[in-house]
Amino acid sequence: MSMKRRDFIKLSASSGLLLAAAGPSVALARSEKKALPPEAMGILYDSTLCIGCQACMSGCKEANDMPVESFDPMKRWDTPQDLSASTLNIIKRYTDGDASVKDREQDGYAFIKRQCLHCVDPACVSACPVSALRKDPLSGVVSYHKEACIGCRYCQIACPFNVPKFQWASTTPEIVKCQLCRHLIPKGGYAACCSSCPTGASIYGPVEELLAEAKRRLLLEPGGYADFPLNRIGPGAGGRTTSRPAGRYTQHLYGENEVGGTQVMFLAGVPFTKLGLPELPDEAFVRLADGIQYAIYKGMAYPLALLGALIYMIRKGAGEAETKE
Amino acid sequence: MENNRPLGGRILTGPFLFFLTIFLIGAYFSAKRFMYGIGAVSNMNDGYPWGIWIALDVVVGTALACGGYTMALLTYAFNRMEYHPLVRPALLTSLFGYSLAGISVMIDIGRYWQAYNIILPWFSNLHSVMFEVAVCIGAYCLVLWIEFAPTVLEKVKADQLLKKLNRVLLVFIALGILLPTMHQSSLGTMMLMAGYKLSPLWRTGFLPLLFLLTALIIGFAVVIYESLFASVAFRLPQETPLLSKLATVTFWCLLLFMVVRIEDVNLRGYLPLAFDGSLVSNMFLLENGFLLTGLFLLMYPRNRQEPKLLFLAATALLLGGALYRFNTYITGYDPGTGWLYFPSVGELCITFGIVSLEILGYMWCVKRLPVLSAHQTA
Repeated sequence: MSMKRRDFIKLSASSGLLLAAAGPSVALARSEKKALPPEAMGILYDSTLCIGCQACMSGCKEANDMPVESFDPMKRWDTPQDLSASTLNIIKRYTDGDASVKDREQDGYAFIKRQCLHCVDPACVSACPVSALRKDPLSGVVSYHKEACIGCRYCQIACPFNVPKFQWASTTPEIVKCQLCRHLIPKGGYAACCSSCPTGASIYGPVEELLAEAKRRLLLEPGGYADFPLNRIGPGAGGRTTSRPAGRYTQHLYGENEVGGTQVMFLAGVPFTKLGLPELPDEAFVRLADGIQYAIYKGMAYPLALLGALIYMIRKGAGEAETKE
Repeated sequence: MENNRPLGGRILTGPFLFFLTIFLIGAYFSAKRFMYGIGAVSNMNDGYPWGIWIALDVVVGTALACGGYTMALLTYAFNRMEYHPLVRPALLTSLFGYSLAGISVMIDIGRYWQAYNIILPWFSNLHSVMFEVAVCIGAYCLVLWIEFAPTVLEKVKADQLLKKLNRVLLVFIALGILLPTMHQSSLGTMMLMAGYKLSPLWRTGFLPLLFLLTALIIGFAVVIYESLFASVAFRLPQETPLLSKLATVTFWCLLLFMVVRIEDVNLRGYLPLAFDGSLVSNMFLLENGFLLTGLFLLMYPRNRQEPKLLFLAATALLLGGALYRFNTYITGYDPGTGWLYFPSVGELCITFGIVSLEILGYMWCVKRLPVLSAHQTA
């Protein structure tokens, strides 16, 4: 009995020490930041160039064979309220006061495009237990694979932008989100929202070039005429441009650093929080969860050691009980 | 070994029929869910993709089913054989709790027919917390059935098989302690991924530790609660001396939990958030109010000898612990403006149906299988 008591105290003390030593370090554990894929493709959306025509929405629906989502009883117009299982891309509007001037925070209005941002370090990809969401190692496109998906919806919990949507009304539901028109690439096409944008508000291209283009725009003199590329930039682009007065930009490229960077980025004339884009840290939330899991489960060393210790203690206890009998 | 024996008696009692009715209503709504989709019975939406089927049935449910884990931990790992009479009934409730959490998951996930994808190596995502939780819970369900098997084998007098099983049972008992340690903490890690969508009152790197501690606290509390309840309901003698010892262990776990919980919120500077009068902050206060009540009741060794106070403390801990977990998954979770969630009637009925099935199974088992300890009545 005294042996047992001593063992008990020893084990509780040592596990207490372990907890005290490992606890805080585990709770603060973080894994390393992810790099941009080598051939990363993305979209730059410029709110100041957007006229809210929604050509990108209809282009998207056509390219992805998505049903019309109408709140009008006659079903004449596609009028989605938000991203949904039938809408991968949407233009939303911010208004304030009398909404008289475009791209002004007070008494103004502004447009914003919402879609999957194809994060450099996507939370949905880390969250998915069955790799139904995958990030292409070259293009960085985050794709969905229904043959793997079990419908657990952890991707929806994990996504900081609430992008993945679920087919609630279906008996064989799928997760639905923008996949950057990856099905059009082999046919020589590209993101339908960008190919159908008439004003240059949405442009498709290599992320590195989009970053440079965005930074160029942030330095433009507001009101001064400048050239803006249409539809796409980089290899294969036609080089079409449009000349317009530059907008009065909020000096921030949304997506450059948010949650480790995103391949779809935004420029706007009003603060991004007004447009419904959350203020986010530069570090992906994934890093903390991943770091903790890694600290505990690295090579399964701790779990196996614990299992060994448990088997030892149980066997010892059983032996003692037997000798007593 | 103890004299575990069946209670005997009629199966079709009033309470049995009552729970059977609730189960059948739940079964009706489950059938509806499989015929018309999740949206047809549930209020879950793209903002709140997880509702009570996950938060209550799985996250709270498996904690309530941690009696088997905590009792195995005390009895076998810390070699406190005096707790042995409590092991079997605890294992039984764990078995039901976990198995039914499994059923609940199959109702909840959209593409249930592909659930086995989790263990296909080319689909498995070792980085996913969900992967670890799913595999661990699945494996633990199997382990629980094996741990409980001797009870059934005794009943059908399969002595050869029982002998063979007893030789390897040790490994399964060890697994039965390791697996819950892993997935109960990971249930906490899971919500770290929600990032800013989870209120800072709950979001912390200590989530895995806090979830593990609530699993222990709820596991202990449920054994105390159940033992006191069974002794009244089935007119068995009370096992108070054993329970008061258990209450002492519970108290120390609870003390550690409360210190980490409150200090963590405090040091991160979010304690004022708890008093802003919103629903979220009030739920935080309610949750900790229950837990502090339990802590206060168990603080005095004399209280731990008193069955009534023990029952009260266990109830407070069950409510507080369950609320902590529920809040982490639902109340503290806010995906942004415009999204609302409150469970629908159908959703609630399925959860009630699952709980009823659990109670029905428990009632049948204690009456027909050698589960409850009869060593004091003999």
